[in-house]
Amino acid sequence: MSQTVTGKAAITLDKVNKWYGALHVLRDISLTIGERERVVVCGPSGSGKSTMIRCINRLETHQAGRIFVEETELTDDTRALDTIRREVGMVFQSFNLFPHLTILENCTLAPIWVRKMPKAQAEELAMTYLERVKIPEQAKKYPGQLSGGQQQRVAIARALCMQPKVMLFDEPTSALDPEMIKEVLDTMIGLAESGMTMVCVTHEMGFARQVAHRVVFMDRGEIVESGPPGQIFENPQTDRLKLFLSQILRGH
Amino acid sequence: MSMTSSVARSLPVPSRRAPAGAGALAWLKTNLFATWISTAVTLALGYVILRIVLALIDWALLNAIWTVPYSANGIAQTAVCQAVKGVGACWAVIADKYRLILFGRYPYDEQWRPAIVVLIFIGLYAVSAMRRFWRKELVLIWVGALAVVGVLMWGGVFRLPVVTDDQWGGLPITLILATFGLAFGFPLAVLVALGRRSTHLPAVKTLCVVYVELIRGVPLISVLFMASVMFPLFMPAGVNIDKLLRAQIAIILFAAAYLAEVVRGGLQALPKGQAEAADALGLSYWKKTGFIVLPQALRLVIPPLVNTFIGFFKDTSLVLIIGLFDLLTMGKVALSDPPWQSFSTEVYITLALIYIAFCFAMSRYSRGLERELGASQRR
Repeated sequence: MSQTVTGKAAITLDKVNKWYGALHVLRDISLTIGERERVVVCGPSGSGKSTMIRCINRLETHQAGRIFVEETELTDDTRALDTIRREVGMVFQSFNLFPHLTILENCTLAPIWVRKMPKAQAEELAMTYLERVKIPEQAKKYPGQLSGGQQQRVAIARALCMQPKVMLFDEPTSALDPEMIKEVLDTMIGLAESGMTMVCVTHEMGFARQVAHRVVFMDRGEIVESGPPGQIFENPQTDRLKLFLSQILRGH
Repeated sequence: MSMTSSVARSLPVPSRRAPAGAGALAWLKTNLFATWISTAVTLALGYVILRIVLALIDWALLNAIWTVPYSANGIAQTAVCQAVKGVGACWAVIADKYRLILFGRYPYDEQWRPAIVVLIFIGLYAVSAMRRFWRKELVLIWVGALAVVGVLMWGGVFRLPVVTDDQWGGLPITLILATFGLAFGFPLAVLVALGRRSTHLPAVKTLCVVYVELIRGVPLISVLFMASVMFPLFMPAGVNIDKLLRAQIAIILFAAAYLAEVVRGGLQALPKGQAEAADALGLSYWKKTGFIVLPQALRLVIPPLVNTFIGFFKDTSLVLIIGLFDLLTMGKVALSDPPWQSFSTEVYITLALIYIAFCFAMSRYSRGLERELGASQRR
């Protein structure tokens, strides 16, 4: 399935650098993600891929370079940050649902308090998205009563309830038992079909092939290769990518 | 745990019950009479406990003196009590002195006012304990109740005679110091704990650290001394802050420093992902803190929090060293009356029962609360 990617940029990273102390974790990352584009980021652990997407909504701060979400630049200005966080949804590896709130409350909290949506409307919206991730019947339960796969689907619905323009996925299936990975990937594929701009850090190469317009391979804090999934998987140019592919293929 | 539920739904598997012991007899057999050693220990301890309980009943109830005659000029004739000393309790001392112990030197005819104040406090605790009252209106209830407490104690309006606070004493003083101390100390503690964890405001952080470490580094008694003796020296001439108020502020500041560390423990125990998820949804700092961080962090620290509450409830008795007459001090004052001087056991037991009633209620409530809040939060 391929959809046309419009020319407008949703996210622009321009020579982004980040250090943890002396450790240089992001090196001159430049990447432009178009509106409605779906990008899969892969690479060995410690390659900086999670750090990179966490910089996009400033869960991590970059120390050099510039990041734009649409036209808004990510700076210390909290106004700009609020705007960006409203428009960028995120799904975490460990779900991070709020355990003291029901599924429905998890989904309506931000629309009510950030988007200032009336409660009834927020609940209606939440139910729409819970239906979309196929768990409306769990709305009154607490996260602890759900399976990992269900929790991650709720986390996706929760992010969608803010009606973001971009969705970031930080290894969404890595903490799941094997039999639950598919239900989450199916939800993400459904989301991709609706035309959402997506940046997804994952090792699920099947998902990348099926959904991604572009695969970005990172290693040691830099982007080593990027291109359509076919090119990246069938015709790797660099030794580092070849090595990485051989390792994950052996692992599967 | 989550897995099993979905599997159980799809594949019904016959389940067996865990073997259970049958009834009280089996329980006794396994727990008290399993071997001959444990049987011997059970019997020996049972005998000792029985003897103690019987002796206590003899002393406290059967041989006790409940009233004593009074001489014409109103002095208690305690000869009967002296006669049974060691054999029976002399509860007549409580009957004679309970109003002095409970309400101190508050004018005798006006003591219905502190009595109502005590009832208001107890009612306030009960209402606050019930989860169905946990809403914004509760703050208004507290403000209203504390205002009524102030009016009743001070008087001066509604044709109530003014009773200045140097005449207050007994249980109302203990409850006022403890309640105001924790009601103001706890919110302050939350702010200090949040400030101490702040990464963006180093000045605020330093201030919070210095505050906590300074207060924790000195005994409560010295803080009270400072509030009562040293503080007035720094005030401009003519300005005089009330002694009770100074003690109250000292207790608030002291309690807040301790509670702040308890709250900080809860904040630290919360997984980082919770705050990150709230950030990613665009919640502001205060909304994140109010909706996500504090509700979870505080329920994690209910046991140490209540522990500190109980400790402070009892520590209010230290105000005696700056000349305030709390419940415990009033007990001592009552015992200074010559006829009753030798009946301290009865008075202290009574005081202990009052303290136990409040502290035990707190600890039971906290256990119930943990269970109730934990039920919705299994992970």
